[in-house]
This record gives sequence, structure tokens and C-alpha cells, in this order.
Amino acid sequence: MSTRGGIRGREHVAGWLFVAPVLVVLGLFLVAPILMALWVSVSDWTGQGSPLSSSVGFVGGRNYARLLTGPGLTQADFMTSIRNNFYFVLFTVPLQTVLALGLALVVNGRRLKGKGFFRTAYYFPSVTSSVAISVVFLFLFSSSGVVNALLSAVGLSGPQWFADPRGLFQVILGGLGMNTDTPPALLTDHAFGGLTLWDWLAGPSVAMCAIIALVVWTTAGTFMLMFLAALQDVPVEIEEAAEMDGANSWQRLRRITIPMLRPTLFLVLTLGLIGTWQIFDQIYIMSQGSPGKTTLTPAFLSYQSSFVNQDWGQGAAIAFILFVIIVVLTLLQRWLLRERDGRSGLRYRIGIALSLLGNRAGGAR
Amino acid sequence: MNLMNSTARRVTLAALVTVALGTATACGGKGFSASPSDSGAVAASGGSVSAAPAALTVLIASSGDAETNAVKTAATAWATSSGNTVTVTPAQDIKQQLGQGFAAGSPPDVFYVDAAAFADYASIGALEPYGESFAGKDDFYPSLRQAFTYQNKLYCIPKDFSTLALEINSAAWAKAGLTTADVPTTWDQLSAVAKKLTVGTQVGLAIGDTRDRIGAFMVEAGGWVVNKDSTAATADSPENLAALKYVQSLLADGSAKFPKQLDSGWAGEAFGKQKAAMTIEGNWIRGAMKNDYPTVKYLVVPMPKGPKAAGTLTFTQCWGIAAKSTHKAQAIALVTALTTKAAQLGFAQAFGVMPSRQSAQADYVAAFPDDKAFVDGAAYAQGPVNAPKMNQVLGDFDTALQGLPKSDPAAILKRLQANTAAVVGK
Repeated sequence: MSTRGGIRGREHVAGWLFVAPVLVVLGLFLVAPILMALWVSVSDWTGQGSPLSSSVGFVGGRNYARLLTGPGLTQADFMTSIRNNFYFVLFTVPLQTVLALGLALVVNGRRLKGKGFFRTAYYFPSVTSSVAISVVFLFLFSSSGVVNALLSAVGLSGPQWFADPRGLFQVILGGLGMNTDTPPALLTDHAFGGLTLWDWLAGPSVAMCAIIALVVWTTAGTFMLMFLAALQDVPVEIEEAAEMDGANSWQRLRRITIPMLRPTLFLVLTLGLIGTWQIFDQIYIMSQGSPGKTTLTPAFLSYQSSFVNQDWGQGAAIAFILFVIIVVLTLLQRWLLRERDGRSGLRYRIGIALSLLGNRAGGAR
Repeated sequence: MNLMNSTARRVTLAALVTVALGTATACGGKGFSASPSDSGAVAASGGSVSAAPAALTVLIASSGDAETNAVKTAATAWATSSGNTVTVTPAQDIKQQLGQGFAAGSPPDVFYVDAAAFADYASIGALEPYGESFAGKDDFYPSLRQAFTYQNKLYCIPKDFSTLALEINSAAWAKAGLTTADVPTTWDQLSAVAKKLTVGTQVGLAIGDTRDRIGAFMVEAGGWVVNKDSTAATADSPENLAALKYVQSLLADGSAKFPKQLDSGWAGEAFGKQKAAMTIEGNWIRGAMKNDYPTVKYLVVPMPKGPKAAGTLTFTQCWGIAAKSTHKAQAIALVTALTTKAAQLGFAQAFGVMPSRQSAQADYVAAFPDDKAFVDGAAYAQGPVNAPKMNQVLGDFDTALQGLPKSDPAAILKRLQANTAAVVGK
């Protein structure tokens, strides 16, 4: 391994010298803060002075235990935030990915005129400040705003978007004739993590739906650019060959284009997943967790625990649990989308993955 | 003041943040990181006021330019006469900026502390308890001093205050055939006039759906979330239950509604738009009515008495001094200058707050006779829950109150009791 003496003897010294600036910067601004936050998450630091001072005590896993095993308000609030964010991710990531892919396919169309204009128009929301867009959406979705005016024009009475804590699934059930004021005892009697099953299954609140719409709209442009770049790398010859073989446009999309976009799809889904689990600024500006805590997310709860409640250990603990959730979900998704034996087709892969969930060895071929 | 309705505040906040991003000052805390180098005046703890000149930083949660300018002018006047310098910075998000300052060990010397957040700051040792030795502290209303007392020590001096009262739309009142003799002074009378004033699309009473409004009824019934010295939870008392049941009865027969049921961000908006004939708000409603609904004539009367006593809620802020400040003597001198009777009356003129000194009451009422109901409330008002770590608990209570029209008051109070008992008195 080491090559002392000779012409290459001092190479490793030079090597370390060259990477030193990056190591220092990463260490100072990335590794050290993460380690410090990790320490805060197992300490009783109150936000006074340095967390490394001698007056700060080690409390072990207490901050984590209060969040995960409770019981109490801390746990209920944290679980509520996980539920909210889970539904947010569940709706936002597929919607933004499909929308981005759709936009990219449209803009990439060979017969489209004015491509530059459309590319810019679709990308525009992504380069606008999220704060500015959030404020505009507050007005759009206010109870006497544009969205409700449009709905009333077609005979619908829109909800009071940012004041409506009802879950989407409960609204739908109510619309189907179920009495949502007295839910079945089976769902209200069983609780997990401080929330009843009825609460877990509520779905995103009406207010959260407005935020989902906002995030889908603002992020689709960026992901469209990524898809577009990948689409332009798809050789025209392959498409033409498929066309000669008699594949219609849907078959070409399903069998040729999307499989060739898989690396980009992975990138977009991963970035989407990470971004949506960390949603903060829209919540901070638009709702601060209200109505009825249905837009509370772990990132916002972490901020609130630290800066408002002066409970910095708990805020840091929330951040690390969020980190674990994101890493686990990203690994899971990477495993779902991985390359297997040159066989392609997303459905094939998901089919294998699902069958493997039941039986690790069987079902592959 | 800072108790405007939350939606409007959020929009304002968002607008401020937008401006901040535009001008590239988003890195936060631009104010109080100023020179830590005035080593000449280190450790002037409580000593003579005539210590070496200091550069003080003041962080305020300002309601607008009027407040910022008034505080700047008053602070500069003190600075010039005392030979110090003062930098007044209006905060964009005072909780976050103070949090950064405390963590970095360089907080502003003097800053606003809201009574609702006071106990959290006091319990972690962020505040200098200068109130006990403050000259003439007994002139400040006892209820306000109580709001800034933690473990029997007065920490900081109340800056000003506001209270809740009942506002009545004069036109709707006359139209329903009511006279000044009908002004409600009991709960039953309030129910009766609210019913009478519920005509067509107009409801009798618009009431905010938080503890900061409904809590007034709890006080009137003789209850509160915690006991007097905040050592035990008293949430599930029969008094509190009576209060919530009373409010629920108003909501049940449609004579009272929450603002969002009236398509409004806060109760004052519903009142201004004449969707409600009465509302329960504080003196900040004056400014809102003057700016947004100048044609609506209304009357302010004290809150009707409950079964136990007269009661209302008070909201207040104090001049906090950082425990880590290196210029405490000068900071106390500055606070003294900013809380004189003359200074408080000046602030009242400039941006409509009520002086926290009892000796200023007569002058204030003479200048603003319409605000008598608000000022009188100080005698029987209850401040925010004064215990650390209660923010999350009370937030949960607010969420439950939003569902009050349908839910069970006893269950709400039981949950509040359990959550409060978990953090109070520990």
C-alpha cells in the first residue's frame, strides 16, 4: 500500500495536500455541525451558550424516547407530524414526477413550436422564491379567492382551504354518506403512537391539499428539466426502429422511452422524496401547522421545539429521526428501481420486488 | 399590537420575509451581533449607572413603522443624554432571532418578551431578574407584574398591556331595539342579546376560537388552566367546565360563531364586515377598525360578569434584559427611561398601547375616553399561563377549542389537565 522512496514517494503527501481544502470545508461546515447536533439530541441543552459547555448534561435517549414511545403530547404531536408528512409525500412525489415527465414529453415533442417559450414558462415557478409563491397561493386559496370563485362558477362551493382540518379521506367518506362525526368504534378505540386509527387514516387535510398543489406546481419545472435532458439523450434511431416494428406511441413510451429514463427517474424520485420529507418554508409561511395541527411536519415541529419551546434536544432528535426516515426510504426506493440482469420494464421490476418481499429467493424468474 | 389575527400576521410576516430575501439580508440576526469589543464596560453588573459608555442593542417585535420610530426616538434621546449609543432593531421573527442570540452567547441587551413566552426564557436563565430592585416597581399593575414573576422573582418590567372587552355594533344594537340599559353584564344577558342580534346573515357574537378569547370565560367562572402561582394544573375544574359549556351553548344555537365560520381571519374582521353584531377583542381592534372599516360605529363595554366574578384576559410584554448582557447597568437605565409615565403616554399616542403604570391611567383615560373599558379591565384581568414548556400544551388546547361546537368540553379539559400536569410543577 505505501510506496516509500522512489519517484512516487511523496505522492500521498501531495494528495492529502490537494484534498485538504475540501476536507477542511466539509469538516467545518458539514461533519462538525452534524456531530454537534447529534450531541444536542442526547443532551438537555436549553439554547444558552455553547452546547459543549460543562453545564450541559447527557440525558441518553430521553429525547428520542419521549418522541417515539411517549406517552404524552410530545409523542402525539410528533406522530401527527409524521402522518401529515407521510400523506404529503404520498401525494406529492407521484404527482410531481408524472407532471414533470408529462411536461418534458410535451416540450420534447418534435412537432411543438415555440419550445423555448414553453420550457421557460414551465420552469418559471421553480426559479421564483418559494416565499413569494406561498403568499400568492394564500390569496388564491383564501375562502373568497380565485380558486373558490372558479369552483362556484361551475356550481361547486369550495372549502375554506386553510381553515379546514378535515382529512381528505374523511371528506370523501362523508360525501359517500358516512357519518364522520361518529366514526366506527373499531377505528377510534385503537390507538398507535398517541393517535387513533381514525386519525391515522384521515388522509391529508384540505389545507394540506392546497400545499400539495403548490409544491407539485413549483417543483415540476425543475424535474421537467432533468427529464428533458435525459429525453434528448434517447437516440432517435431506437424510436424509429420501434415505429418500424409497428409499436404505437403508447407502446414506444412504455417500452422504450421510460425504461431509458430510469436513471433520471431514480434521481427525480430520490430528490422528490428528500425534498418533500423536509418541507418547511411553505408550512412556516402559510399555515404554521394549523388548522388542527394537520399541516404540522417534522421539520416545522423541530423548529418549533427548538426556537419556540426552547427544547433544543428534542428539536435535534426530531431532525435525526427524520434523517433516518429519509435514508431508509431512499434505500428502499433504490432497491425497487435497481438494475436487474438487463431485463427492463418498471412493472417487471416492481413485480419482482413485491414478490421478493414475500419470498426473497423465489419468483425472480 | 402584536395580537392581530394570525392570518394577517402571517401574510405580513411573509411579506417581510420576501422583502428580506430580496435585499439579501436573509442570513438573519443582522442586528445584535454588533461589536462584542467594548471591553471597557464588561461586568458593570448592577453597579452605578454612570459606568463607561456602552453600545446597547435593542431588539423589538414591532407592530409597524410607528412603533419602531417611537422606540428609536425615545432610545436615542436617552442615549444622547447619557452618553451611550443605542441601536434599535425591529425583529422579523423575534423568537428565532433571540434563540440565535442566546445560543451564540451574544443576545441583544434589551428586548421585548411576550408574557406567553416569558416563563420559558426565565426558566432557562436567559433573563436578568432586574425587576425586584427596579425603582418604583409597585406603580405597575399587579396583574402585569404577576405575568413576569417566575419563582417569586419579578424578572422584567411590563412595557404596556391590552385587555379584552366586548365591542358592540351601534347600528345593529339600535336596530334590534336595544338601549344602553340592555348592555349585558351577566352571561344570561349576553346570551339573550346575542340571540336578539342574530338576524338574517348577522350573528350575535363573533368570538376567536383560541384560549386567548374563550379563556376569558374560564376566568369569569372562577377557573383557569393552572393555580395562582403556576405550581399545579387546575384545568378539569367544574368552573372551567361551566365556562366551556356556556360558550358551547352560544355556539350551539347559532347566536355566536367562530371567525372562520364567518369567512373571516379573526373576529374583528367579522365585526368590521358587520357579519357579527358583537365581538370580544382587545384594544388593537381600534386601529383595525379605523383603517379597514372607518364607517362602522361601535361601543366598547367591559366583559359581562361571570357566575363568580368579573374577568378578562390581559396581554402584555416586558422589557427583558439578557442575563448575558455586558452592559446591565446601562440597560436598566435605558428601561427606566423607556418606562417613565411620560414615555409610556408618548408610546400610547404614537401606536395605541395602554401604559402599564397605574399612575398613568388617569391621563390615558383623559386622552382616550373611549378606551375606559379596556383600561378598567386591568383590575381583574388574568395574564397568560405563566409556566415554562406550556406552549405546546396550550397549542393543543387551542386545536381542541376549534372543535368546541361539536366536541365534549369535559374531554377537552381532561386532555388539557393531563398535558398540563405533565409539565407544570416539575
